[in-house]
Amino acid sequence: MAKGNMPIHVTKRLDDESRMRAVLLRIAAVILAIAVGGLFFAALGFNPFEVYGELIKGAVGTTMARRMTVRLCVPLLITSLAVGLAFKMRFWNIGAEGQIGIGAIAASYIALFHSEGMPKVVVLILMAVAAFVAGGLYGVIPAYFKSKFGTNETLFTLMLNYVAFYTIQALAQGTWKDPTAWGFPKIARFSSNAQLPMVLGVHVGWIVALALVLLVYLYMNKTKQGYELSVVGENENTARYAGMNVRKIVIRTMFISAGLAGLAGMLQASGADKTLTESIANNVGFTAITVAWLANLNPGAMVIVTALFCILTKGSDTIQSVYNISPAAAEVFQGIILFFVLGSEFFIRYKVHFAGFISKKEGGKVK
Amino acid sequence: MSDGFAYFLSFLAAAIPAGMPLLLGTLGEILTEKSGNLNLGVSGMMYMGAIFGFMGGYYLDSAIAMLLFAFLGGALGALLYAILTVTLKANQNVTGLTLTIFGTGLANFIGENIMLNSPSMTAKVSDELMARITNIGIPVLKNIPVIGNMLFNTNIFVYLGIGIAVVMGIYLNRTRMGLNLRAIGENPGAADAAGINVTRYKYAHILIGGGICGLGGAYVSFITCSGMWIQDCVGGLGWIAVALVIFASWSPYRALLGSLVFGALSVVQFYKPAFMRGISDPLFSMMPFLVTAIVLVITSIRMRPERMQPKSCGLNYDREDR
Repeated sequence: MAKGNMPIHVTKRLDDESRMRAVLLRIAAVILAIAVGGLFFAALGFNPFEVYGELIKGAVGTTMARRMTVRLCVPLLITSLAVGLAFKMRFWNIGAEGQIGIGAIAASYIALFHSEGMPKVVVLILMAVAAFVAGGLYGVIPAYFKSKFGTNETLFTLMLNYVAFYTIQALAQGTWKDPTAWGFPKIARFSSNAQLPMVLGVHVGWIVALALVLLVYLYMNKTKQGYELSVVGENENTARYAGMNVRKIVIRTMFISAGLAGLAGMLQASGADKTLTESIANNVGFTAITVAWLANLNPGAMVIVTALFCILTKGSDTIQSVYNISPAAAEVFQGIILFFVLGSEFFIRYKVHFAGFISKKEGGKVK
Repeated sequence: MSDGFAYFLSFLAAAIPAGMPLLLGTLGEILTEKSGNLNLGVSGMMYMGAIFGFMGGYYLDSAIAMLLFAFLGGALGALLYAILTVTLKANQNVTGLTLTIFGTGLANFIGENIMLNSPSMTAKVSDELMARITNIGIPVLKNIPVIGNMLFNTNIFVYLGIGIAVVMGIYLNRTRMGLNLRAIGENPGAADAAGINVTRYKYAHILIGGGICGLGGAYVSFITCSGMWIQDCVGGLGWIAVALVIFASWSPYRALLGSLVFGALSVVQFYKPAFMRGISDPLFSMMPFLVTAIVLVITSIRMRPERMQPKSCGLNYDREDR
């Protein structure tokens, strides 16, 4: 990059210049993405302002729509927190999809076979604990092999997604098949004491999600374990020299990360779907990765980004019915926003110099 | 010929086409990873290839345009990825995932528009074009008993896939450029010091790799869906291709074998022999992923460098960090 005859050259920013700059650049990237999306709609012959207006109205315009949007947010927010923890440790957990599934399987086992005659609170807590532990253990498998043999966790967690997916499918077609469903391969609806109660029209999962935002924030920033995992993320050798047990930290963090994803699976099954289906995760595990990244792994920012994405997803259903624009537009949009943000990060980390301007610019700057 | 053998042959004849989109996706990803970039956007690039190829066939009614557009569609996705990861040094995992989301959305978006604008609300390419793509017999060779009909009287993609695999194998192992590429994948700093233009190599191979993935996407829209556009047609194939790269341990030749195995696993549920009747279909579908996970663990334990992922894969190269 630093060839002498090139008009542009790039240097790394040495100091972590103001956090404000990073936030502003991200916001600028989102605005740019919205503008590009607008051009896209204009090219299709629509008034972009009207389309955006309908989109927002469709997502938050009525009580019903707001409830639907919040319902979409619950698993996405929790899963974003989950993968955020692992990413902070530079552990590429892209297996949240599968961990959601395994968590939901464990919760469903209790809901389907052990929920009778027990008080609702006990059943729900048992389901949550089972989901957390099962999801967590599913995440410990790649963590163990990564820390012991250096097995690539990106690819390993990815494969485990499908193992979980087909396990649900096998259960739905096999031993857990609902005998009253006329031979249709599906799992029975949960009994009422295995269904989450509603608060303000949405299942209680939204309160759990918000509480977890706070808990994960505190865990990451105020506890010894949170500090340890960020040191491992910065530099594994530093952690080792400081006497930390890296393998233990990796396994522990992944247990929590995957456990949270499993809990998201339980909330989705018990609160939203009221049964277990193979589409329980519904790409949330992948979308959460982009949310966590966009939020710069900050739990608070994840709330905002999750809301933005869910408004986009819910609103795109509305613009389909009003303008006949395919709901796939939401995905295109998410992609564009992320491309811009990913690109903008370069300008947070690097300084671009244009030849000829360098001396002037640098000279004029008082350090 | 015994009945059992004929049955096995028909199974094999189904396994080859089932594995073909996987082969193309895998080959594209092998080339990309050899340059030191892990592109998790295979599904996205396949989708882009599927829809662009479909448009080429639908609007221009030409097999050449179809292939060219499919290649360019995949390469366009790869270009986005390359700009972000190579030039702007964005995180490869997140960029790849974003590409998957974007490509899936774009293909479904365009596809739905094409369907809405057609009088019958469905979009299908002409039968003449399909005939030109599907039944291409190679004279003489197609008359070889048993394998002739399977390998030499098939669709355009099977020839392409096998051809690309062989050429790529020779390229990576026997040519100067191929060896340079592998050097970049293992240690870009050393390759740079040796005077290889790392950026140019990365761009070229990521783009070509994406184009090959795009051809795999066109396979789905033209062969799997018989020339009709179906929303969400690619599904999880791109992820299986990523898995297959590991299974093939980054060798184009083993990718040929691997895609046959994975293709077989995906159709075996329709050809199960009697003693397997009790096993439910999803468990068969799970096999490729489970096997890949096991292969991944075993290779990492055995640590044979020639069977492992290129060392710099997933890490962006920055001259300043040398």
